[in-house]
Formats: sequence, structure tokens, C-alpha cells
Amino acid sequence: MLEVQVSGSLRTAVSGAASIKVEAATIRELMNYLIAHYPAMQSRIDEGVAVSINGNIFRDNWSETIPEDAEVFLMPRLAGG
Amino acid sequence: MAEAFDTSYTDQEFKVIGSRERRPDGLDKVTGRARYGADATAPGQLVGLILRSPHAHAKIKKIDTSKAEKLPGVKAVLTSADLPDLTNGNRGNFDILENCMARDRALYDGHAVAAVAAIDMETAKQALKLIKVTYKKLPHVTDVDEAMKDGAPIVHPHIKAADDQSKSTNLVNASTFGHGDTEAGFEQADFIVEESFKTEQTHQGYIEPHACLATVGADGQGELWVTTQGHFTFRSVCADLLGMDIAKLKVTSSEIGGGFGGKTHVWIEPVALALSRKTNLPVKMTMTRDEVFRATGPTASTSMDIKIGATKDGRITAATAHIRYQDGAFPGIWGMLGAMTAFACYDLENVQAVGYDVLVNRPKVAAYRAPSAPMAAFGVESCMDLMAEKVGMTPVDFRLKNAAKEGTKASYGPTYGPIGIGATLEAVKNHPHMRARLGKNQGRGMACGFWFNFGGQTCVDLNISTDGTVNLTVGTVDVGGARASMGMIAAEELGIPYEDIKVTVGDTNSLGHNDTTEGSRGTFSSGMATIFAARNAVEELRARAAQTWDIPLEDVGWEDGQAMPLGVKHNNLHPLSLKEIAKASPRTGGPIAGHNEVVADGAGVSFASHICDVEVDPETGSTKILRYTVVQDAGKAINPDYVEGQMQGAAAQGIGWALNEEYIYGADGRLENPGFLDYRIPVCSDLPMIDTQILEIPNPNHPYGIRGVGETSIVPPLAAIASAVSNAVGVRMTHTPMSPPRILKAVNEAKT
Amino acid sequence: MSGVHVSTTVNGDAVEFVCPPGETLLDVLRNRLGLIGAKEGCGTGDCGACSVTVDDQLVCSCLVLGAEVEGRAVGTVEGLSTNGELHPLQQQFIDNAALQCGICTPGFLVAAKALLDHNPSPSEEEIRYALAGNLCRCTGYDKIVRAVGSAAKDLAKEAKKSSKKKAK
Repeated sequence: MLEVQVSGSLRTAVSGAASIKVEAATIRELMNYLIAHYPAMQSRIDEGVAVSINGNIFRDNWSETIPEDAEVFLMPRLAGG
Repeated sequence: MAEAFDTSYTDQEFKVIGSRERRPDGLDKVTGRARYGADATAPGQLVGLILRSPHAHAKIKKIDTSKAEKLPGVKAVLTSADLPDLTNGNRGNFDILENCMARDRALYDGHAVAAVAAIDMETAKQALKLIKVTYKKLPHVTDVDEAMKDGAPIVHPHIKAADDQSKSTNLVNASTFGHGDTEAGFEQADFIVEESFKTEQTHQGYIEPHACLATVGADGQGELWVTTQGHFTFRSVCADLLGMDIAKLKVTSSEIGGGFGGKTHVWIEPVALALSRKTNLPVKMTMTRDEVFRATGPTASTSMDIKIGATKDGRITAATAHIRYQDGAFPGIWGMLGAMTAFACYDLENVQAVGYDVLVNRPKVAAYRAPSAPMAAFGVESCMDLMAEKVGMTPVDFRLKNAAKEGTKASYGPTYGPIGIGATLEAVKNHPHMRARLGKNQGRGMACGFWFNFGGQTCVDLNISTDGTVNLTVGTVDVGGARASMGMIAAEELGIPYEDIKVTVGDTNSLGHNDTTEGSRGTFSSGMATIFAARNAVEELRARAAQTWDIPLEDVGWEDGQAMPLGVKHNNLHPLSLKEIAKASPRTGGPIAGHNEVVADGAGVSFASHICDVEVDPETGSTKILRYTVVQDAGKAINPDYVEGQMQGAAAQGIGWALNEEYIYGADGRLENPGFLDYRIPVCSDLPMIDTQILEIPNPNHPYGIRGVGETSIVPPLAAIASAVSNAVGVRMTHTPMSPPRILKAVNEAKT
Repeated sequence: MSGVHVSTTVNGDAVEFVCPPGETLLDVLRNRLGLIGAKEGCGTGDCGACSVTVDDQLVCSCLVLGAEVEGRAVGTVEGLSTNGELHPLQQQFIDNAALQCGICTPGFLVAAKALLDHNPSPSEEEIRYALAGNLCRCTGYDKIVRAVGSAAKDLAKEAKKSSKKKAK
């Protein structure tokens, strides 16, 4: 069971929760879980989200595995210049 | 495919990597042969030109194009009526569409309102004059703080206040990051520093204006030649906006004359394509420098309040930041990014950063090299210096005491893995620059900076010709010389000379999607894909050797560009070189290739520390940079020449931002300095040699340990120079650019 | 449209063209003569990307009319290399990584050559001030200045060699 920290601006999509418990072994499973349990997340995911796993930020590779006990953050998608 | 190849750091010894090879496109660029956005022509091409709003905010009541249409030589006139909304509720795409061509309102001085395509420039210019736009001027707002006040003119009425859905607002979002209890933290502090800062708007300032050549046929298929940081992204966006099939729009990236984030978005391209579609002729469109300043994507201007509390032994107990970013006329994430980066360099128990995204009647803000980080760093790093002074520590030691390290919970949330900020600070502390003597009116400053590095979708094709030379086709645009690094990586993996490899950037027909060159991802991503494509090719080369020798594949190794038979039983066999295997390839199975699609991700973060010495003329307020040193962690410098170049170039942009560059708006909301004369970027005589020190702390998420390098060094200069100037004149500077009038004003005000 | 007929030399070759009286030399070079090396960065003489020489004098071609070069000698970046051999400036720019995106490079090469033609051994300060009319946004100028300094040394060596040959 993962504890996913939800970054400030995304909290409105998960009923204001700062962290949620999720069963997921990959980023894809995490996203599927979020969409199934929080329909408001769909539009936020479409706009772009990123996931930090143990300090490394993943924007695109949804096959990335999430180790058990990993520190996971859900954030808006970032970009550079 | 990507899963078969491990992205973790391999700690190998290199033969080619780390040397200073000559770039393959160098010859074309020094002889004038290289072709940039404006250097393409097509038979029968028309000239496209855009009519722009002279008002900061106005309702567009009517556009009468009849006279323009009748002018001989005019082939098409276009307004938003020719650009129907096909975005299907996607607000982001709709904002892009509206920014490319105003719909019912002009939202900033320079906003496109109509366009023409004509047989030559003279006719096009005349046609623009014949278009009659009836405007109703509306109140405008260009200042970020003014835009947040009650009663400010509203830029987008559909954006409602978070706490009152019936009220329209310019405050798009307030993003909060942090942890702990800052109130309690400030209680524990022996010293408090509290200060407000402002930074004015700047532009990426690339020397090449936007330009493209668009050709759409009667069958709806199209071609676009364009200067861009991401031709695949441009393809998707243009196809979406115009209702074209993505695969049927071929986009070719020209050489790019600078981007720095400003060429990651479309500006004139959808309009050029739409004009070509309307006329069924090629349309060439170039922007004037005036248009580049008024109607592309500068970075934000900001206003911020920073507060830090620390104990007398120099430990920070609490830190807060409220930073207001203007996004221009359309919502963006700039405030959010600023809040995330503000305290990222430090290990803080109690921290809160709030970033505000605010709309104003200015052009739509785009990314500019480590977007939003330089401004936040300006405020935070300046306060760090003020606190160091109170506590009685040197700026470097105070930062070392509070620097983030592995295991620190970052102010933006996640816990850091191994990071380089401590190393860059130690390098600065021990650098000879810190011991150089300072004279009268001279001051020294130092600062740190943080930026994320990103990965992204990347595709690479490697093909081996029968003479053993290799074509490497990459899809990620080369903005500064990465082609050389890609060739070096392929040479390293294949074990053949660098000169045997030809690297090209492929068009969108040649490869799968490649993300834009942003987020310092170019060498990191393309490098990773190249490594795997080369390893792919090596597997095939070994297979051909195995076939030729008629031995099992496991008995074939690859070393120094040769297939080696392994094991005593194959002692009679001589190694086969890549050249020999390639020559035989027609008979052994055909062309030998390696291919890789990878989503390079988990790139890690990047830190830099800078030192700057200045001399300020007390009479004129003019600042001279005496000495500048950049220390940055590159993970692994594939080609040190070009890593140094990124560090020096980013520092130079930061110097301009700190001392001279700003957008000056009049009371009428019009931009008063849209040209290089009055928007003053650093020239050759303004700068000294810029010293660089590359640290190499390997990135565990890349086979060679590569970290992104392009952006981070634009983050420290604003604060490093502000501290240097403040030390030179004895007054803390809080407003960039620190142009001569601002410095004199601050000094005079301090005297009274 | 009434055109002006112009006879001139470009990079040593005799050239003729017809252009409107108001057309700039930059547009003539790029659109009529196919010499795309000179670039329009600003159109107002502030960036130097369009640098060419007219009778060995450095000018911004966006500020010169096509008609003005009647009977004069125009020099562009395309004329720097001779018989396929790069000019020392071009070679040093490549060797010193003095270019990143390369858009300003033609202008810098023309300006640097104009400097070295008049001042064969400039100091760092003289190089910096001579090139102050050419904007570069990528490099911070450090490697450009080094390249010009090295090219000056190369040219001095070449001059010594050929004067020794002459003496023999």
C-alpha cells in the first residue's frame, strides 16, 4: 500500500486530501486508481501531471515501477525552457 | 525496446567521451551554408504578414477586409473566422489558438488580429494598411500587483475567484508548497530577515526571429519548415488547431538560431499554415524584431515578499516566500514553478512558498531557461546574504550550513537522492576567485541555483552503410551542438572513430515522436536513446559475425569496433571489424541498423553556484563585471567545450537580466522598447572571460551519468550580481534590472 | 515598380541585379543573389547578424541600400574561405567551440576579419570593442574572443612564412 502525497494544486481533485493510500506497482496503475476513485483527476491528468518516486521526477514513463515503501508525490507536469 | 536496456549508471572507462571533438555542423555554420528558419524558399511562395493590435486591451467590434482582398497581388486575407475552434474543450489548446489570432478581443499590444498572404512584401504591407479594424478600447492592466487589486481590469472574465465563483479575477492560481510550522519556526529564530523584491520582464533574446515556410496542398496534406525547439510538438499542435491528420503534416526543423524556451510554442505557424491552406500556395512568414518582442513569449515579471528566520549559530528555523508572477494574457504555471524552486537549495524544517499566477495585458509568457527559478532565487538568495551578515557568517559558510543533501526533504515535497549543491558550494569556497583582492567601488557576490532536469519521449535511428560509416538520425532538436555529443556517444558504443559517424536531425516523417528540446533534456535523452540504439546495432553486428563464423551468438564479443570470437576453441578465428561486417551485410541479411525509442525519465536535479565581482561607478551608477565564475554539476561532460558553453551562455543571459534588460510599458499599455537598441542585452565589451568549473557527480539514472546542464546557470546570476552590487555601493538592491538609474536612486535614497 | 540596375562585385565576382530603390543590400544578398549567410536579426542595425564589408569597411547590410553598392566591392561570409580552404578565423571558431546555435557566426566572422585586416594583433579589449556591434545570445562571448585571438596568431604566422618565402 503506497502513501501518495498530493501536491497543493492537485488536492482539489482528490477532495482536498494531502495524501491518499493507493495500491499500485507502476505509475500506470497509480493513474488508473486515481481516475477510478477521483473522477476529477481525469481532467488534471489530461492537462499534465508528474510523479516523483524517491526524489526522481517522472513525466512520461508510466511503465516506471514504484517500489514498495517508496516516497511518492503527485505533482502538476513541469516543463523547462 | 526500452525495457531491455538498463538506464542505471555503468561507471565505465571512456575512450571518446570527455574529449573535445569538432561538431559536425560546424563547417556549414562558419561558411554561411547552414539553413535557418528564414533560409528556405519554395517556387511561387507568397509572403505572409500579420496585423497586430496597437491597443493593450480592446474589444474587436469589426474587421473589414474587403479593400485588402481587392488589392492586386493579395491572395488571401485571414481572421479568426478562418480559424474555427476545433479544440474540443481543451482549454490549453484554445488559449494557443486565441493567442495566435485574437477572437473577440485584443489582449495585449501586438496581439495578432488578422493576416494576409501576398505576392511580395510590399503588397503584403500595403494590404495590412487596408484592413480596417474597429476597436473599442478597454481598461488595461500591465503590472502584476495592480492586476491583483479589487477593481482591476479583468483579462479573462471566465476565470473566477477561488473563494467566490461569481467574481471574475486575474488571479488564476495560488500554489503552495512546503512543510512544517513556519509560525513556530519564526518564534524560535534569533534573527529575522524580511524583504520585498521585484524583477522586470525579460525576453529570451534569441538572435533569430521566428520564421517558417508553410505549404498545404488541396488534399489537406502539408509541410512546414520552421525554426523550433520541437518539430514533433509543433506538428501535433498545428495539426490539432487546424484539424489536420498529424502524420500528414511533415515538419522539418531548420537549424535554430537560439530558443531558450521561446521556441517551444507556436506563434505564427498555425497562421502560416492556414494562409497556405486558403491559397494552396507556399506561404513564407518571418517575424520582425519588433514583433518578436511584442508578440512571442517573454518570461514573467514578478513581485515578491521573502522572510527568513535563523538562530544565532546560523541554522535557518523558518522560511516563507510569496511570489507573484504575471503570466501575460493567458494562464500558465509560472507562479507554481517559482514556488517549487524558491527554497530548493536548502534543508529546511519549516518552509512555505506560495506562487501566484496572475493575468495582465501583456504577451503570453513562455518558458525562459529554468523558467521562474531565477526570480525566486533573486529574492531568496539575497535574503540568505542578509541573514549571513546578521549571523556573522560568510555567505558561503551560511549556505553550507543550511544546504540540502541526500535525505533532505525538498521544499517542493520529495526527498532528495544524491545531489551536488554541497559540492558546488565547497568548490566555490576553495576557488581562487574568492581570494582575489577587491578595490574601491568594487564588490563580490555569490549565489546558488537549482533547476529540475527532465527526460521525455525520444527516438533514434542508427544505420550502418556498407563502407562502415554510420548515419545517426535523432529527433530531438540540436540547439547548441549536441550533435557532436551524439556522434561521440555512438562512436564510444560502437568502438569506431567519431569521424565515421554522421549525425542529422530527422524530420517528423522519419521518426516517432520526440519531445521538445527543453528542460535540459537534449543530451540526456538523445544520449540515452543513442546508447541503446548503438547497443541494438552491436547485437546485430555480433549476430552477423556469429553467422559468418558459424558459431553461437554467446561466443561473440564486441570490443573496440570489432567482433571478437570468445573462448579457446575459436582461437583460429580472426576478429571481424565493423567495416568488414558492414561490407558483407548485403549477403548476411541486409542493412544493419539499431533503433531505439525510450522515454528517458527520472533525470534528477541540478545545482550551480556562481561568484561575481563588480565595480560600480558612483557617478553614473554603471556596473562593470570584473570577474565571473560558474561552478556546476554536469554528471558527466560528454564534450566539455559545449558544457562550458552552456554555463557561460546562461550566465551571460543572467547578467543581462540583472543589469540592463527590461520590458518598459507606457501608461497606454504599449511596449516602448521592442528592439535591441533599447532592450539592451550584453555585448562583447560588457563581459570578461567567464571561468567555469565542471563537477562530475554521476547521475545514477543514466548509463554515463549525464545530467542536464543547459538551464541551471541562469538561476544564480541575478542574486550573485545583486549581492556584488549591494556590497560595492553599500545599499541592498531589491529590483532588477539594476540599471544605472536604479542604482543611483537606491544610493541617493539611502543617503537621506 | 521601377528598378535600379546595379553592377557590383561580391566576393570578387562581378554581379549585376535589378532591385527597387528602397530594397536593402541584405535583402538583395539573400533574396536575389542566394547568399543567405547574412541574417536579419533586427532590421535596424542593432545586432550585426547582417554584417558584410563594402570596400573593406564593416557595415550592417540592413542599413545599406542595394543601390548603394554600385561599383563597390562587397564581402560576405561566403567569401571567407578560398579554394575550399577555411580562413583561420573559421577554423578557430570551430576549434574553440565559438558557436552554439551559429546564427550570429557569419556576422562575427565578417566583423572579426574586418578587425584583423586593420589591426593584426589586437588585445582582448580591442577585440571585445571591435565586436561590440555583433550580438550573441548563446556563448557569452568568451570562446569567440579566444577564437579571434588565436586566429590573429595564425595569420601572423602565415604572414611571417610568406614574407620569409619572398625574402628567399
